[in-house]
Amino acid sequence: MSDATLFAHQFRSDLARFWRNPQSRYFTLLLPIVFLVIFAGIFTGTTIVEGRVISITTFYVPGIMTLGIISASFVNLTQAIVAQRESGELKRLRGTPLPTSFVISSRAAVGVVVAIVMSALLLVIGRVAYNVPIPHSTMLGLVIAVIVGAAAFVCMAFAFSTRIGSADAAAPATNLAVLPLYFISGVFVPERQIPKYLRDIATVFPIKHLAQAVREPIIHTHGTGISTTNLLVLAAWGIAALLIAARTFQFSPKSA
Amino acid sequence: MRSTTGRPAVDGGDRSSPVVDVHGLRKSYGDHEVVRGIDLQVEHGEVFAFLGPNGAGKTTTVEILEGYRSRDGGEVRVLDKDPADADRQWRSRVGLVLQSCTMPAELTVGELVELYAGYYPHPRPVAQTIELVGLAGQRDSRTAHLSGGQLRRLDVALALIGDPELVFLDEPTTGFDPSARHHAWEVIADLRDLGKTIFLTTHYMDEAQALADRVAVIAAGEIVAEGTPETLGGRDRAMADISFLQSENMAVSELPEELASVAQVRGSRVHIAALDPARPLYVLTRWALENGEQLSDLTVGRPTLEDVYLRLIDAEEQPQ
Repeated sequence: MSDATLFAHQFRSDLARFWRNPQSRYFTLLLPIVFLVIFAGIFTGTTIVEGRVISITTFYVPGIMTLGIISASFVNLTQAIVAQRESGELKRLRGTPLPTSFVISSRAAVGVVVAIVMSALLLVIGRVAYNVPIPHSTMLGLVIAVIVGAAAFVCMAFAFSTRIGSADAAAPATNLAVLPLYFISGVFVPERQIPKYLRDIATVFPIKHLAQAVREPIIHTHGTGISTTNLLVLAAWGIAALLIAARTFQFSPKSA
Repeated sequence: MRSTTGRPAVDGGDRSSPVVDVHGLRKSYGDHEVVRGIDLQVEHGEVFAFLGPNGAGKTTTVEILEGYRSRDGGEVRVLDKDPADADRQWRSRVGLVLQSCTMPAELTVGELVELYAGYYPHPRPVAQTIELVGLAGQRDSRTAHLSGGQLRRLDVALALIGDPELVFLDEPTTGFDPSARHHAWEVIADLRDLGKTIFLTTHYMDEAQALADRVAVIAAGEIVAEGTPETLGGRDRAMADISFLQSENMAVSELPEELASVAQVRGSRVHIAALDPARPLYVLTRWALENGEQLSDLTVGRPTLEDVYLRLIDAEEQPQ
């Protein structure tokens, strides 16, 4: 088997496992859609951006998109890695000729692909149900933001998984890491309604930068839609996490 | 179950050197030396059982041979290569059954075995391998629906799918009911007949007795005995034990002189140790007939593998 065929072989299996896992299906795929419907239902009205009237829902599409990307590439992936480590599956795979780079990159690819599909799905739902326009000229900026963001959060998942001792702790730990940041990073609540000191705290962490990077091309429909600073911050988080993961990644639980 | 005829030849590999060749292996965790300079050799086509209590250094040794752990000292060659430098080619020649047996719940038996088949350059046929471990009826079942014994057999199928020359089986039947255990033994005997070299660890002496060509016992980090199941620890040269239930009115001093001098009462039984049991048995039974003694529950035996094993382990654990 060539390397490309071997990767495809592993990727197909990992994708099937994601799809067949009820927790992945409900929490990663369904929950963001439910959230979009709820937030679009509760918060209605319009606002003015650069002289144009924009519906509030237009802000929720990129907000929930951020949540969808992070669910797929960080929350779900971290839990999957910790579970595979605890069950002994990673150790077993290490005993086969499959290179570990394939084990890791295939899982990472599932996270990125699901994040992209999720983003597209939310964009389509926003257009069909709430008349939120799909960007044209800034589409490239949106695609880059989704891919860079998903890749960075995949790296963070590998680094974060080394800090979690057991599969039981994985769900609370990942949710504790992301939920408070969703509230202060402009995912659930518009940034202008958040006190400055909380916004400053959010700036330190990557979620706000992803939220801004996907919001920019959807709200501001002129220019390239690429928010360079936010993308650089995300890339820096991703690279730092990758370095940590490379040094500390464990194939077996610590006790074994 | 055991084939006494010659075994099929394995392809490739240098047949002259042992499959596993270990000299002076050492490993410490902190100040505690858990493997203290052991030697091991396993030949082609052999079923080798590695026995020892928990904490004796057994798992550490096996994990060094499997390429999972580094060592502190000594020489280790497995399939003519140092497992510390394990590469894809070496991995494809070694099959592992680890102690843990959790499987991806979302995949079926067939999908999982096919997935693993894709990792190897020359895999065995998927359907045939599933058949070999007796899971043909479960091929389309998700692994979440398998019993513990079936999961273990799936584990064996994953270890075999790459058609390895050497298979490590780490406590393959722990937690099995007796019928599942005997089924697993048949699978292992089939592997032997396929010409595989098998490195087995187990806590069950009957398992070692039934399967192994050779056994070694590790205790407190050292090999304390090595041999065939029949000869381990001088078992074949050990004295026979003649014993029977002591009747109420009988005193050992009433036995004929040559027996009375060596007889011992332990619990409710009289034991007579003998190098060659024929003559003492003859003297004993003649005496019983002449004196109207019944000799209830008369047995003649040699120490079992378990007796020998427990004696070896106890000796090692006694303070010196």
